[in-house]
Amino acid sequence: MNVLYFAWVRERIGVPREQVDSQAKTVTDLVEELKAREPRYEAAFADLSALRVAVDQQLTDFDAPLDGAREVAFFPPMTGG
Amino acid sequence: MRIVVQEQPFDLGAEASAFASGRSDMGAVVTFTGIVRDLAQGDLDVMEIEHYPGMTEAALTDIANQAQGRWDLGDVLIIHRYGRMAPGDLIMMVATASPHRKDAFEAAEFLMDYLKSRAPFWKKEHTRGGASWVAAKDEDEEALDRW
Repeated sequence: MNVLYFAWVRERIGVPREQVDSQAKTVTDLVEELKAREPRYEAAFADLSALRVAVDQQLTDFDAPLDGAREVAFFPPMTGG
Repeated sequence: MRIVVQEQPFDLGAEASAFASGRSDMGAVVTFTGIVRDLAQGDLDVMEIEHYPGMTEAALTDIANQAQGRWDLGDVLIIHRYGRMAPGDLIMMVATASPHRKDAFEAAEFLMDYLKSRAPFWKKEHTRGGASWVAAKDEDEEALDRW
């Protein structure tokens, strides 16, 4: 699946998007897989309460299932307007 | 309904004049405009706005559809810019047209409240002292409770 990062999450991880091969069943499982990779992921995902997630461009929760998901995006709370 | 996400500036006067023109059944038009402000130290050089192409347009369309479902609206316009802007530049605008003033005002407030914390935009302030991401405010999240 494609994993996208925005704002300071993108800056901490160092890339705006990447292709991830994962069998993760939920968003939380995916986060744990990423955190185990490298310290920069650990740093970005240290406090999940400071993050929001979208699956296939729909805002959702960290316990959301990833069945058939093509795109998962992580970002801080939005500041539009 | 028209949803526009663009990098280039827009002409507020032209957009406001064109919006709902010719709709003699619309007795009220409300417009709101968001402007880059230099609030903190007076040293803001650039406001940079990042967004999530694809999701941004979908989220704005969804918010506009919700507004049209809740109020008696003849038309809705949302324009939101991304990229680099200077203090005083226009960031975004919403416009609502309704037969009734109350619907036009309330729908515009609803659009703004949702757009602030549910549309995937992120602001970064560049000052002489460095750059920092603008943190979301608790009050912006709480503002959704009234709807």
